[in-house]
Amino acid sequence: MKGRYIHWFYYILALLIVLLLSIWLSVSYGEINLSLVEIIQILKSKSGIEYTILNKIRIPRILLGFAVGGALSLSGVLLQGVYRNPLVEPYTLGISGGASLGVALAIIFGLSTGIGSVLLPISGFIGAAMTIFLVYFLSLRNNYVNISKMLLIGVMVSFIASSAVMFLMSTTTTENVHSIVFWIMGSLDTSNVLLIRIVLITSLIGLVISYLYVNPLNALRLGEAKAKHLGVNTHVTIRVLFIIASLLTGISVSVVGVIGFVGLIVPHLLRIFIGSDYRILLIASFLGGGIFIILCDLVARTLIAPNELPIGVITGIIGGVIFIIALSKSKIH
Amino acid sequence: MLKISKLISGYSDKFRLKEISLHVNKGSLTGIVGPNGSGKTTLFRSLTSEINILGGEILLEGRDIKKLTSKEKAQKLAIVTQNTEVFDIPVEDFVLMGRLPYKKPFQLFEKVKDYALANKFMKLTGVYKYKAKLMTELSGGEQQLVAIARALCQEPELLLLDEPTSHLDISHQLKVLNLIQKLNNDLGLTVLIIIHDLNLASEYCDYMAMMHKGSIFKKGLPEEVLDYKNIEFVYDTVVITQINPLSKKPAIFLVSDKVLKKNSSEPRH
Repeated sequence: MKGRYIHWFYYILALLIVLLLSIWLSVSYGEINLSLVEIIQILKSKSGIEYTILNKIRIPRILLGFAVGGALSLSGVLLQGVYRNPLVEPYTLGISGGASLGVALAIIFGLSTGIGSVLLPISGFIGAAMTIFLVYFLSLRNNYVNISKMLLIGVMVSFIASSAVMFLMSTTTTENVHSIVFWIMGSLDTSNVLLIRIVLITSLIGLVISYLYVNPLNALRLGEAKAKHLGVNTHVTIRVLFIIASLLTGISVSVVGVIGFVGLIVPHLLRIFIGSDYRILLIASFLGGGIFIILCDLVARTLIAPNELPIGVITGIIGGVIFIIALSKSKIH
Repeated sequence: MLKISKLISGYSDKFRLKEISLHVNKGSLTGIVGPNGSGKTTLFRSLTSEINILGGEILLEGRDIKKLTSKEKAQKLAIVTQNTEVFDIPVEDFVLMGRLPYKKPFQLFEKVKDYALANKFMKLTGVYKYKAKLMTELSGGEQQLVAIARALCQEPELLLLDEPTSHLDISHQLKVLNLIQKLNNDLGLTVLIIIHDLNLASEYCDYMAMMHKGSIFKKGLPEEVLDYKNIEFVYDTVVITQINPLSKKPAIFLVSDKVLKKNSSEPRH
């Protein structure tokens, strides 16, 4: 069926065009608005305050937003495939809870001062990684992962972590509470080029490795037993995909905070339009997630300018509304 | 073809297969019957490696099934189960999934040969007309035919079916089994089928094994296995067996308790 591949090509082309448009919008609008011609001139001149704004603020934010959106959305789609449950998202497994706990502890112990811009993400990542291993090993039995058990353990660990964060918040200073809350709400505002590079590179590597497992992932739509009948080594597949998804989420969350809903909404919306074939769904989710975050960040920056809204608020509201509208209009029940 | 020797497998000490031996000859259509809990599914899962083999061995074309990689196994052994897992996927894509054991890592697209085989088997199973439809739009019987087409796409040596007709009406039961028989006759495909319905088993299988409490109680031709004494012992129930006038195969009748009490003096066989 060659026609299907042509369709896929058009979907990817459309997503790429939308991506370019959102990058353009996001570079143009903000505290100062720039036209396309101006942007090109500024980038050519490589000097002036506008160049600093583009080069140090807007473009890094866009790159980070693209990488984080892609990573979260990809890990959502991978987990939904592994768990065969369209409502699973990266945060269901407690990864964000663990990261929040790590960051809350770091803030309370005063690690956020000094070279804080790197220490917070590191403690966030340690928290996320510890949660991942905890959830993973608690759901191991006879060396095999028990998938449904893992999901429940993830939800529980998530609850425990957020309760622990609330406990910490109720016992610490107002200033610390403010920092914790602000981190939890998420922001793309980081000037650390190294962190942006790490997130961008890992999310692209994650995408490539996921494609190595795209055929097994497609077979898993039939259920674990039937995928096995088709020659899929389900244990290895589930393990590898779980690890990729967790690492992607852990890294994203530790750098930008908790930006919710991306891993749930973007894959879900795309499934409605392009179906359940993971060969197209993986790349489409990655691009779609990137677009979604770039646009949400644009709204977060401009809505109450010069002040900035937490991006997690925007993703939650916009995402939720779009999702409900699309779901009520679609034929999928 | 398939040689099961002294197979022991099971979940716990409570239930285990007790040294089962069974040979499935190339080109045969072999049926496995037996009451619920007699070990049919355990045997099936031992063949699909869903449970560990604790003793004995299973040889598929002379090779130990435990030593085959999952891909190699899927190229030799195709499986159709009771229920086909359905979701919004076009029939053609569903059938093409049967080519998965032949795909290389990073091979995203199907080859021309894959499409050719899918088309061939969709035509053979009579589902070609539904090619562009979604699986969820088909009836249970049609879904089963599609599942068989997918299994055939694996180009297997052995087709293993686990009660493929148990949820179907009689017309679809016959449709599915006639197809399996045709595949067996025309393509020389070896078939091992687990089947609940003794009459269907009698009609279609050329060799049978009847299981009882984790072992094989009787194996042989349908007329040897489906003797009323065997059935009454294994199923612990009263039946009447006669010969189907057309196929000359044994046919089994069930009798209700009420009728049985009324006619207790009548000879049943």
